[in-house]
Amino acid sequence: MKMKGSKIFIEALKREKVDTVFGYPGGSVLPIFDEIYKSTLNFILVRHEQGAAHMADGYARVTGRAGVCLATSGPGATNLVTGIATAYMDSVPMVAFTGQVKTFLIGNDAFQEADLVGITRSITKHNFLVKDVNDLARIIKEAFYIAQTGRPGPVLVDIPVDVTLAEAEFKYPEKCYIRSYNPHTQPNIKQIKIAAEAITNSKKPILYVGGGVIISNAAKELTTLAREAQIPVTTTLNGLGAFPEDDPLSLGMLGMHGTAYANHAIQDSDLLISVGARFDDRVTGKIDEFAPHAKIIHIDIDPSSISKNVKVDIPVVANAKDALVELKKYVKGPKTASWLKQIAEWKEKYPLKYKNDNKVRPQYIIEMIGKLTKNKAIIATEVGQHQMWAAQWCGFTKPRTLVTSGGLGTMGYGLPAAIGAQVAAPDAIVFDIAGDGSIQMNIQELATAVFYKVPVKVAILDNGFLGMVRQWQELFYGKRYSETDLQAGNPDFIKLAEAYGAKGIRIARKEDVEPAIKEAIAHDGPVILHFIVEREENVYPMVPAGSAINRMIGGMA
Amino acid sequence: MKHTIGILVENHFGVLTRVSGLFSARGFNISSLAVGETEDPTISRMTIVVDGDERILEQIMKQLNKLIDVIKVADLTQEDSIDRELALIKVAVTPATRAEIIQIVNTFRSKIVDVNPRTLTIEMTGPEGKIDALIELMKPFGILEVVNTGIIAIARASELRFNTAKQGPAGKAKTATKKKTAKAKKK
Repeated sequence: MKMKGSKIFIEALKREKVDTVFGYPGGSVLPIFDEIYKSTLNFILVRHEQGAAHMADGYARVTGRAGVCLATSGPGATNLVTGIATAYMDSVPMVAFTGQVKTFLIGNDAFQEADLVGITRSITKHNFLVKDVNDLARIIKEAFYIAQTGRPGPVLVDIPVDVTLAEAEFKYPEKCYIRSYNPHTQPNIKQIKIAAEAITNSKKPILYVGGGVIISNAAKELTTLAREAQIPVTTTLNGLGAFPEDDPLSLGMLGMHGTAYANHAIQDSDLLISVGARFDDRVTGKIDEFAPHAKIIHIDIDPSSISKNVKVDIPVVANAKDALVELKKYVKGPKTASWLKQIAEWKEKYPLKYKNDNKVRPQYIIEMIGKLTKNKAIIATEVGQHQMWAAQWCGFTKPRTLVTSGGLGTMGYGLPAAIGAQVAAPDAIVFDIAGDGSIQMNIQELATAVFYKVPVKVAILDNGFLGMVRQWQELFYGKRYSETDLQAGNPDFIKLAEAYGAKGIRIARKEDVEPAIKEAIAHDGPVILHFIVEREENVYPMVPAGSAINRMIGGMA
Repeated sequence: MKHTIGILVENHFGVLTRVSGLFSARGFNISSLAVGETEDPTISRMTIVVDGDERILEQIMKQLNKLIDVIKVADLTQEDSIDRELALIKVAVTPATRAEIIQIVNTFRSKIVDVNPRTLTIEMTGPEGKIDALIELMKPFGILEVVNTGIIAIARASELRFNTAKQGPAGKAKTATKKKTAKAKKK
């Protein structure tokens, strides 16, 4: 049957079982929006296209399926760019559709024209410019296939308006075959056996786990392996939730703001088993002094991640889940009792801590959010001190419950990502842990939350500073707080919430923290919790940039 | 160290930018790049010569493999391969120097493709070193212009020695390369 490109677009999304699209209309996508009007698609109209990209990202992190966003050509499309880059850095499956000017106008500096394929080349897994309506269905199929297989990532499809108006026979491909793209998922059993032998013979092994374990839904397999072989587990920021933090084998997060015991364990270990992590500089600190005594096993689906930052002894190119399943068959429990005893001593000696006095400490608020939601809420964050405190104090026990921009570190990510997460999981309690700086970067999406009745709870930890930058200025720039004091310019967040039609609660005393969080959870709608917190609280422990990770400052008991 | 990299890619618009972008993003200068259609018109072959740190190059090769439009990548420097380059060299001549130049051209088994009262244009094919040697010899006469194709390279051995990191079935791609090696052997 012949149909217009715009109709093919809608039909293709149906075949991909896309239930929700986040986006914003405009001139070049009018034919598509006309079809959306006639369809049953759940469309979320955002207030800024960056919000659409982050919502699609939050949706994808919670469901594991590709999030979809749609924007018009030119400025609409360039507004998606930060969101696409955010998804790319954290390997989030996403398909971004952008309108484009008519094919014969491309390159003519037409109204609202921008070369999106060029702009997004280095921040997408792949991108397409559709030049013929006959290719549209196949390209959409390929876009979803590429975004969701192998190491996932965002794919952009740029569709000129005349392509959406032209007609073609609609045939949606059943299967996708791309000769130059064959993502490798099964591990090489020979390598698995070598890795298993190294584990069996190790005395001080440690599992260093990243987002790859969550992406490949391997949390269960990881937990089984760790418990059966009695190997302690530390995770990266995006790996939080892959292993329950209430398990004695959990060391929490490692790296710059990781726990002291995780960092000490890494530095002292004789075998580092990295699964779905990429040895990011925020994790390794000074790379030459990272895990100096350890042999390194690196399981990763992306061959280019292996031996990129550190030299790997035993590489395994595979999907984390498949590799862990195979590994378990061959590992014979190493004798780790004395190693675990040593770790227990470190835990005792250097616990994560904060001053639990009568002041409103941000860590206390986050710990309370974790406690009152029984560590089951989905936590989105912005970027900064509050993000690190969330990583330290939430106590993640389940995968896909932390939604945070780890790689790109995008301020303004949390609120729209929380909305996307809540749309994906309507029954979950979703918090956005925010700072007074970050929240103002995409505050307009509060309108989206209110309009669609998305009951996200935004906890603003207001210290009147760009806290993380201020912390660096305090420690490394002689307390010269250059352009980081926001206090005088901050809006009245309660009035702001109310202006958008949300509920606002201000908390300035410690005893009000718990009832306020309870009230927010009980409220059936979006809430802004405005916490006035200690202004100059720092995130500790901290590894100064470029130092070995056991050279931590602060929080050392 | 100089590396010659052979890449099989989809013959699409935009692929060249994707490939060259990986080099430029890391501050690698491409010394030469040659692209052409293969015996299969849907596949193009690129030969890229770069000078750079081994470790970064290994990373770039892996990144190249990650590009969706890239079918195969091989470092031909480590292979037994045949390298060729074509250069057109325009030299100033006088009645006094003409004979000597022609003699050198003949010794190099290259060709004179254009003759003018004041210039000669030489066509030279061969490995890079040979072309450099000819250019060196022509310098005293006065080189007016040199145009270079950049190196193209092909492995002598079978496709199995096409040292590739990309795995999987890729039925079509493999047959395409096999055909190519078969042809190379005949020659």
